[in-house]
Amino acid sequence: MAAPGASLRLVAPVWNRGTSGIRGLSRSVDPEGSQRKGRTLLQFLADHFYDVEAVREYLLQKQVLKVLRKNRSSTYIKERYGPYVAGAYFILKQGGAVKFQDKEWMRPNGRGLSGELWKLREVPIEAVDASGCAITYQGLDNLLALKELQSLSLQCCPHVDDWCLSRLYQLANSLRELSLAGCPRISERGLACLHHLQNLRRLDISHLPAVSNPGLTQILVEEMLPNCEVLGADWAQGLKLGPEEQSRDTASSPIPA
Amino acid sequence: MLRRALRLGLGPGLLGRGLGAHREGSTLDWHGKVSEIKKKIQSVLPGGAWSPLCDTSHLPPEHSDVVIVGGGVLGLSVAYWLKRLEKRQGAIRVLVVERDHTYSQASTVLSVGGIRQQFSLPENIQLSLFSVEFLRNINEYLAVVDDPPLDLQFNPSGYLFLASEEGATIMENNVKVQRQEGAKVCLMSPEQLRKKFPWMNTEGVALASYGLENEGWFDPWCLLQGLRRKVQSMGVLFCHGEVTRFVSSSNHMETAIGEKVTLKRIHEVHVKVDHSQEYQPVECAIVVNAAGAWSGRIAELAGIGKGPSGTLQGTKLPVEPRKRYVYLWHCPQGPGLEAPLVADPSGAYFRREGLGNNYLGGCSPAEVSSVGSGCRGEDRDRVSLSSQASLAGPVLVLMSRSPLALTWGLLPPSTTYQADRLKRPARPGSDVCPGQRKPCPHLCPQEEEPDPGNLEVDHDFFQEKVWPHLAQRVPAFETLKVRRAWAGYYDYNTFDQNGVVGPHPLVVNMYFATGFSGHGLQQAPAVGRAVAEMMLEGHFQTINLSPFLFSRFYLGEKAQEHCII
Ligand SMILES: Cc1cc2nc3c(=O)[nH]c(=O)nc-3n(C[C@H](O)[C@H](O)[C@H](O)COP(=O)(O)OP(=O)(O)OC[C@H]3O[C@@H](n4cnc5c(N)ncnc54)[C@H](O)[C@@H]3O)c2cc1C
Repeated sequence: MAAPGASLRLVAPVWNRGTSGIRGLSRSVDPEGSQRKGRTLLQFLADHFYDVEAVREYLLQKQVLKVLRKNRSSTYIKERYGPYVAGAYFILKQGGAVKFQDKEWMRPNGRGLSGELWKLREVPIEAVDASGCAITYQGLDNLLALKELQSLSLQCCPHVDDWCLSRLYQLANSLRELSLAGCPRISERGLACLHHLQNLRRLDISHLPAVSNPGLTQILVEEMLPNCEVLGADWAQGLKLGPEEQSRDTASSPIPA
Repeated sequence: MLRRALRLGLGPGLLGRGLGAHREGSTLDWHGKVSEIKKKIQSVLPGGAWSPLCDTSHLPPEHSDVVIVGGGVLGLSVAYWLKRLEKRQGAIRVLVVERDHTYSQASTVLSVGGIRQQFSLPENIQLSLFSVEFLRNINEYLAVVDDPPLDLQFNPSGYLFLASEEGATIMENNVKVQRQEGAKVCLMSPEQLRKKFPWMNTEGVALASYGLENEGWFDPWCLLQGLRRKVQSMGVLFCHGEVTRFVSSSNHMETAIGEKVTLKRIHEVHVKVDHSQEYQPVECAIVVNAAGAWSGRIAELAGIGKGPSGTLQGTKLPVEPRKRYVYLWHCPQGPGLEAPLVADPSGAYFRREGLGNNYLGGCSPAEVSSVGSGCRGEDRDRVSLSSQASLAGPVLVLMSRSPLALTWGLLPPSTTYQADRLKRPARPGSDVCPGQRKPCPHLCPQEEEPDPGNLEVDHDFFQEKVWPHLAQRVPAFETLKVRRAWAGYYDYNTFDQNGVVGPHPLVVNMYFATGFSGHGLQQAPAVGRAVAEMMLEGHFQTINLSPFLFSRFYLGEKAQEHCII
């Protein structure tokens, strides 16, 4: 799977552009709206540009659909193998890594999923590294079902936004470490919801471009979570890690097993 | 396009003819193109831009299938869903008439932008759940090619309702309903409250309900602009002007039992253009009344409520402007990032605004139904029934009505209870607010409703009515500095503080989307859809809003919402 940086660049235009349906398109090209019957030069041009627009729109749409499809939960796996396997399957498919209790980190390897996965029905997952994965609000369902999850990394996830953060309270009992570094859509408004996570001991909120006031935000988050070590602005500046330089391994290393 | 071309090319004198041409269908576009090209050529030629005939492009078109009165968030949402749900692109011509493009008085931009699912009525909960999904995916719903994505600035911080001992049972029941509908709400004891929000004084609090997901606040301006941009790209026309008159025809009919009724149909809407005496008639098939706090006036213009009192014809739209103040203050020691929107049992509320220890809030007088709106149903709701024995008789009469009569809105007159009509509810606040709050102790709501004549802010109101409650709840607020304040109008439904949607039973082509009394912004995406479905399909599809139909004012069936802020 692509490195986090690459997938970041790949997916970012999707939400920048918005994701309107193809249906809405001809309106925006020709707001006054008319069914063109006669063949005029004007119309030819309009048609021409319409095609260009439509193709663009279609490609965008396809990208969005792909993300959506990737985030669909598999009810079959969930029913048959339970939430842990389903969660692991989801993360591995996305290119992330999982750690079952008392097991080694499991990562996707070129040869597909390891057969061992299907035998872990009763084994809880304690850590997930979803750095750079295209997890969306819907896809988060898979993670929220992992009630023993202690460590979660969502670094550089292009689709994780404030709405997603507002759902993390469901992991409040178990979650001790959380990394949100580099998520382009997370702002201080979403960080405010993390006060539910009172068991959190380590939180990484560095490199969040949408946070308007990183220094102040970090102080306020520290006040809100007095028992938690918050990694924020200065830590990140010291490291100077651009998303490009981040390979899969460095991205996941801050999360100890 | 033809219309504008005609207006430019031929001048206003010939405008009338455009109407016939408009209906001819596809050929018209061809002509439209030709005249547009001519127009373009003309404007390129020297002196071409000058036209001896006056420019009328600021006038609305003379024909539109749907005219929406009011370009606030509700009006735009109806426009959006009409265009989205239309069967064929461009099938419906929609015109939005807005008298103030700066939206200086519109409730939408003066609101505090909250969204919550903590309501007592299942319909309201469903509306908010639908809307929150819309807001979450706003950049899919309202995307316009090549425009930047919208930044809704949603703060998912939740609402925290506090209940006194009297309110606790009702709160529990409400939360049960909310959970059934799928809202993520939890109950908290005063202990838990103190632990979670150490800055709070829980004195007098027996129970609290806290929204965990999908609740918070957002930027109303962003939603309004997003809708505006989108509907414009979908071909909705905008017009800057005020609706001053409706031209309608009447049809006199008789019901099965021999009662006379008059069915009305609006044919033309007169739009008065800004800074001028001229008006433009717009022929239309359907009028949507989305004029917010002023929708009662628009209903009156259409003749609604002009009839013998006690009849359906005499039943007014009980929506009126109610002035509400919002204050923004600074308090260095105030609650931190975790602070939700707190709604005190006293009616006062506050929330954080930004990061710099700024907060905003206010206090609404306790909701009291009735008084002076001319609604027959006023005092006859089931809640107050027991306390008003004198009304028991007529209520029984009402309840035995056949449902058929209801659907037609043609109801036998039962004027017997007219004499009792103006009786006030037993005591403002004592029986009508079983919700999660009791009235402000200092407020006698009916008497103390501020004068809605202007939007001036009463700063004493904060001193006397808001601050004491805030300081009692959050001791840190004992020292604070008010930085700014504004006032806005609730589109207040005096009957049951709930929205009015769907068609009027007698003025058959007027549809309502109004009366949401302080929760209209958050429900607008869902309400627009419901109204559009009603217009296009004849019934509600996504959410059944039949308890919010106009006929309830005549029947006296309140859809009472207890959780009003
Ligand atoms: C202080 C305050 C706080 C609020 N807080 C919240 C909240 O937290 N959450 C929430 O959901 N809701 C809240 N509301 C309520 C919400 O703002 C309204 O319910 C909602 O905005 C109503 O939208 P609207 O489009 O009907 O009204 P408006 O936005 O008022 O739009 C009506 C428009 O109609 C136009 N108009 C009127 N008459 C005519 C005419 N004759 N011709 C042409 N145009 C006309 C007006 O100019 C106006 O722009 C609050 C309201 C106030 C005042």
